[in-house]
Amino acid sequence: MYKILKKEILAPKIKLMEVDAPEICRHACPGQFIVLRMHEKGERIPLTIADSDRKTGLLTMVFQEVGKSTKELGALCEGDFIQDIVGPLGTPRDIEKLDCVVCVAGGVGVAPIYPEAKAYHQLGTRVISLIGAQTKDMLIFKDRMEKVSDEVYYSTDDGSFGHKGFVTEVLNDLLEKGLRPDEVIVIGPLPMMREASRVTGKFGVKTVVSLNAIMVDGTGMCGSCRVTVDGETKFSCVEGPAFDGHKVDYDELIARQKRFLAEEKLAMEHYLAGAGGCKCHQK
Amino acid sequence: MSSKVRKQRHEMPKQAPDMRISNFEEVALGYTPELAVAEATRCIGCPKKPCVSGCPVGVDIPEFIELIAEGDFLGAAKKIKEKNSLPAMCGRVCPQESQCEAVCTLGKKGDPVAIGALERFSSDYERAHGESLTEAAPSDLSLGKVAVIGSGPAGLTCAAELTKLGYKVVLFESLHATGGVLRYGIPEFRLPKAIVDEEVEYIRSQGVEIRLNVLVGTTVTVDELFEQGFDAMFLGTGAGLPYFLGVPGENLNGVYSANEFLTRANLMKAYRFPEYDTPIWVGRRVVVVGGGNVAMDSARTALRLGAERVSVVYRRSRTEMPARLEEVENAEEEGIEFMLLTNPVRILEDDKGWVKGMECIRMELGEPDDSGRRRPIPVSGSEFILDVDTVISAVGTNPNPLLIRTVSGLALGRRGNVIADEETGETNIPGIFAGGDIVTGSATVIAAMGAGKRAAHGIDEYIRTKNGRGM
Ligand SMILES: Cc1cc2nc3c(=O)[nH]c(=O)nc-3n(C[C@H](O)[C@H](O)[C@H](O)COP(=O)(O)OP(=O)(O)OC[C@H]3O[C@@H](n4cnc5c(N)ncnc54)[C@H](O)[C@@H]3O)c2cc1C
Ligand SMILES: Cc1cc2nc3c(=O)[nH]c(=O)nc-3n(C[C@H](O)[C@H](O)[C@H](O)COP(=O)(O)OP(=O)(O)OC[C@H]3O[C@@H](n4cnc5c(N)ncnc54)[C@H](O)[C@@H]3O)c2cc1C
Ligand code: SF4
Ligand code: FES
Repeated sequence: MYKILKKEILAPKIKLMEVDAPEICRHACPGQFIVLRMHEKGERIPLTIADSDRKTGLLTMVFQEVGKSTKELGALCEGDFIQDIVGPLGTPRDIEKLDCVVCVAGGVGVAPIYPEAKAYHQLGTRVISLIGAQTKDMLIFKDRMEKVSDEVYYSTDDGSFGHKGFVTEVLNDLLEKGLRPDEVIVIGPLPMMREASRVTGKFGVKTVVSLNAIMVDGTGMCGSCRVTVDGETKFSCVEGPAFDGHKVDYDELIARQKRFLAEEKLAMEHYLAGAGGCKCHQK
Repeated sequence: MSSKVRKQRHEMPKQAPDMRISNFEEVALGYTPELAVAEATRCIGCPKKPCVSGCPVGVDIPEFIELIAEGDFLGAAKKIKEKNSLPAMCGRVCPQESQCEAVCTLGKKGDPVAIGALERFSSDYERAHGESLTEAAPSDLSLGKVAVIGSGPAGLTCAAELTKLGYKVVLFESLHATGGVLRYGIPEFRLPKAIVDEEVEYIRSQGVEIRLNVLVGTTVTVDELFEQGFDAMFLGTGAGLPYFLGVPGENLNGVYSANEFLTRANLMKAYRFPEYDTPIWVGRRVVVVGGGNVAMDSARTALRLGAERVSVVYRRSRTEMPARLEEVENAEEEGIEFMLLTNPVRILEDDKGWVKGMECIRMELGEPDDSGRRRPIPVSGSEFILDVDTVISAVGTNPNPLLIRTVSGLALGRRGNVIADEETGETNIPGIFAGGDIVTGSATVIAAMGAGKRAAHGIDEYIRTKNGRGM
């Protein structure tokens, strides 16, 4: 059982939770994730380790409520327990000092990109962050990202903050102006990672994306998370989740994300029919 | 007790096929006491006990059968437990037809004694009739501390045996539940999970500490475990890495590995979705590729999840099918269709990324290959298309690489399996022992148990020698 020590609402439907998980924190590296199961009847869902503190043993997760499980997780409160958490999973990112990296994050993807930006920053790499959201209210981790970045650019779909439009347009502009980072890291929705990779491809800039394939065990045992990279089948939970953005078969992955669409809808209806919702302030 | 008249083998009562395909309850219902006694009296008590030599752990078969014949069911259970600590499971999942029953004297002229069914009967009787034969927990576990990694049959047996010998055991499991394949692979209708739970509770009551959600090698490293004061370690991490078919279309929606399909259904209880959160999708027409237990379990699970038609495609013939005979028969009774000497060539895609068919080719058997079985050869021009929307690939698994690749210097075999001494479980690294599927590749529950038990004794000897106490 893992106790929730802190809960914070970062934006509508985006929540942060800190849990006590010293063993996981001791080994956590940027790019890794955990799999959690809330309770006996819960499913196993992967979430990136948004931060981890070896001294306090506090593990931070940030998630967006997109379906039944994340909504139910969002309804848990400080002092509640998550039954199972296993990790750290996935291959740690191989982070060494470079001259310059660009971190491109969309939506809740800012949280998982933060540990990578932080690690590069600590090594003295110049970090340029491009952060996109639907609207100003949905921008999260602003202070954290500003602390570990040399420059930050924002974009919102509605123009309520920063550039109006997609974050990939900002990326395109910078590259067109001649910026040539050693590496571009992209974390966000699949269409955005695909577009970002297309953009960087034009300029021949190395690009790493973090794939969010549907997982079950997260330990390489089931193959649910398989993706095609450079024509080969890879298990993203163990061989990833980070891959060369120019070699991922995005169309296949986008189709695979929809494998359980009908069931996910049913799960949500079933949940809402029962008593769902946050109970933090009813106690 | 021996009778000169050759009586017919008594078959276990089962749920009727048309009933059982719509539930996940156990198929075989087990003997009544009357049936068990009647079957037990068929045993002629051969002086040479060929059946015992066919049993991988040497259960005293004629002795326990005689106790059943005398009506001493608890005595029979106790007799079996001298050699086999998980009889309720083995009675259900051992391939008896290629072990004890294969060499039973009665089998030469008729049907062998139903040894598996009798084993199952006596252990079920014991479980149902309270008089718990479970020993009191050992009071002293001070001989040393051992980490057992993986809670499949190999790890469970090794942990139980080490506790008996006086060691403090911590059992580590990466999943949120114990049991390994017994939990995530073998379905409820063949092995009720309550039996696995009881076994795990038993070893917990004996003082074994169970730590779930720990992926050894990642959450905690092997070196850290030694630093924490463990004297030795047993690797029982199984053969969990699925192969795929290697044909075009294998990543389409509607293609599962058997591991994914069964894990969703069994471990995550997706057959009770949406009460349980994990989804599973089964189409109208399912094809399972493979001929082992895993293929039978997948096919029968798909049927129970509502598929209209389920076929098994296997590239060799019936005689080469590695599945337990009883399960092949059960599958047939349930209406699973067998397409033997057939192999997939590619999986066809509809316009939305889902499976809409599978192209297959007929095979014929040629000369024996290195497995001793006749090699299947494609018959050119015999391609045909199966109208399916779900494909489950059950073509085997490789040893789980996650932990072993973190142990530097550990000697591995060609297929990535750990090399360990068959008698003691020792690997090339002092203090690290291994057994079960991680060493042999996919094998059987009883073989994994045997390896776990032998390794416990290997570990005992290692720790005694290390501590200068000798044997
Ligand atoms: C390595 C990895 C790291 C991730 N990190 C984060 C994170 O830090 N923050 C965050 O908000 N989200 C993260 N996700 C996505 C998150 O796991 C899904 O949003 C969540 O599982 C959805 O569950 P649900 O029941 O709420 O929604 P559902 O209604 O079940 O699904 C909504 C969508 O989420 C995806 N999804 C569903 N089930 C799974 C599953 N078991 N595994 C992966 N994806 C699934 C599917 O694309 C689906 O269409 C990550 C995913 C992966 C693979
Ligand atoms: C679907 C199916 C049906 C089968 N049917 C039969 C049958 O009818 N009869 C029969 O005799 N055999 C059958 N088998 C084979 C039998 O189940 C296996 O041979 C046996 O379970 C092997 O036992 P094991 O203990 O070596 O490994 P497993 O049962 O595979 O257990 C290994 C355990 O280790 C855990 N693990 C792995 N890595 C780590 C790590 N790094 N840290 C912590 N834990 C870890 C895994 O999660 C797993 O729980 C079947 C197998 C399958 C898949
Ligand atoms: S071989 Fe068959 S008949 Fe002979 S002792 Fe064993 S079970 Fe009985
Ligand atoms: S999630 Fe099961 S293999 Fe990756």
